[in-house]
Amino acid sequence: MFYAQILLNGLVLGGLYACIAVGFSLVWGVLNIINILHGSFVVLGSYIAYFAYVHMGIHPFVSVVIAGALLFGLGYLVQAGLINRVVGAPVLTTLVLTFGLDLMLNNSMLLAFSADYRTVQLANPLGTTVISGLVLPLDRLVAMLLACTLTGLLYLLLKRSGIGRAIVAVRMDREAAALMGVNVKHIYAVTFGIGALMAGTAGSLLSLIFPISPLNSSEFLGLAFIVCVLGGLGSISGAIVGGLALGVIQSFGALLIGPQHGLTIAFVLLVILLIFKPTGIMGRRGYE
Amino acid sequence: MIRILPIVVAIAAVAALPMFGSNYVLRLGTMFAMYAVLAQSWNIIGGYAGYPSFATAAFFGLGAYAGAILQGAGVPMPLAWGAACLVAAVFAAVMGLAILHLKGHYFAIASLVLAEVLLEITTSWTSLTGGGMGLNLPVIRMSVDAQARLFFWSMLTLAVLALIMSWLVARGRVGFALQCIRQNEDASSMVGINTTLYKTIAFVLSGLLVGGAGAMYASWVFYIEPPDVYSVMTSIKPIVMVMLGGAGTVLGPVVGAAAFLVMEEVVWRNFLSIHAAVLGIIIVGLIFFLPNGLFGLLRKRKARVLLQLQRRGESA
Repeated sequence: MFYAQILLNGLVLGGLYACIAVGFSLVWGVLNIINILHGSFVVLGSYIAYFAYVHMGIHPFVSVVIAGALLFGLGYLVQAGLINRVVGAPVLTTLVLTFGLDLMLNNSMLLAFSADYRTVQLANPLGTTVISGLVLPLDRLVAMLLACTLTGLLYLLLKRSGIGRAIVAVRMDREAAALMGVNVKHIYAVTFGIGALMAGTAGSLLSLIFPISPLNSSEFLGLAFIVCVLGGLGSISGAIVGGLALGVIQSFGALLIGPQHGLTIAFVLLVILLIFKPTGIMGRRGYE
Repeated sequence: MIRILPIVVAIAAVAALPMFGSNYVLRLGTMFAMYAVLAQSWNIIGGYAGYPSFATAAFFGLGAYAGAILQGAGVPMPLAWGAACLVAAVFAAVMGLAILHLKGHYFAIASLVLAEVLLEITTSWTSLTGGGMGLNLPVIRMSVDAQARLFFWSMLTLAVLALIMSWLVARGRVGFALQCIRQNEDASSMVGINTTLYKTIAFVLSGLLVGGAGAMYASWVFYIEPPDVYSVMTSIKPIVMVMLGGAGTVLGPVVGAAAFLVMEEVVWRNFLSIHAAVLGIIIVGLIFFLPNGLFGLLRKRKARVLLQLQRRGESA
């Protein structure tokens, strides 16, 4: 029973990790860009949820929509205005560019919101419930289910809608997609926007669980990295598997050698995995 | 010979800095030499071989701790610095064999993770490293001025060594092999270049002197702690410097290090609370307006001047 509880905690955490990583994975897979801004996008989403709750009383579960819409706009503009100019450049160029943009965004947030840790204190928290010996933290559980729903919606969008199919086409072969009449620059901007949208929604859900501060952005970025590489790049299922795996590894690792080392174990496992299977658990070849 | 002369004069001019400058100028000079070591070392793996390495912080921190622990155990300072170079090189060789078969983003992340793991290990191994409390180094019995000069000249020696190393690599077999690998790794291995060997050599060379620089830094500042020496910025700054100067050239990284130091100093002085944002703006501007670095600009202008001279010659 005890182990089942640890497993459950890991899965709840892992669902949220998956939501953080899925946008990052999409941008990486389609644009071949490591988006260093991703962590700051997550934090920005958390702040939107925080201020929406404190000033307007909008519950974070609802302000997911606001955070998602605002960040989609921001992401679209950043890609269309800046990154599209160097999108074909080597890995290092785009990486350093997003790093520079992240310095700007993170410093602005630090000035605007200060480095103080803030938390969303709900007036009516859902509390916990016990089902056959398992303690279920309801707020977290709902956040995780919402995160999974959003990830599922993204999956459907990519599979069924016209724009989704265009994104997949650009990922497979940029030149061929352009020849078929796909506006590649627009698709890049939409993809980056969706990446930012997922980061914003994840951030707004996480505002219920983690303290909010611009200083956290590098931690979220690190998480997105690990999840993507763990699960394998270029597929949504990879991000989900990677997220859940990381959540479970972290909670059992914390149990075995102490909570402060949970993430270290994940890092070490990641390096070992990379040595033996460079494409990740679910990865396909061709995305290195 | 004529091409080397200006470089020798420039080094001599920098080395003569203690005669004119205050200790503040010497501190800047030492920082410049340290940045030059980091940038030139990164240039070997990142510039020549084209592998986006983020392992500089790992080598730097490892060297700093190796030097500090040895000095604490009573080893003389220069020997501790040499040993730190070796520790970093051996670490680079072992890790290189493990992660150099990864490419592109995957290599970038694996090399980034090295510093994270070392940071965690250093923080939790309190009995050896002092953990999160950090480590104090033995005090040197010397006047403040003499110390400033000692560290300046030591760091400058290391930078000159890095320059010689970079020049030898660019001239020799290794540089040729690395440039082949950057252009097309599969084709290089097809024509008989032992890519694993040369990539590992490049990774080791990119770690060797950085370990020494870390140890000198530790002796210089007397106190080190894990987040300081394993900072991600230590991995990222050299990349920006090399891109600023011109990747894959011998002198580019040195010029980039100097330019970066000047920018950093100006930004720190004038915009303390928004220095990160200003640095970000500079980096973004760099990518858009100077994609080939200052050296690329110079080369372009040189080509243009040559073309004009040629035309003038033709019309005359």
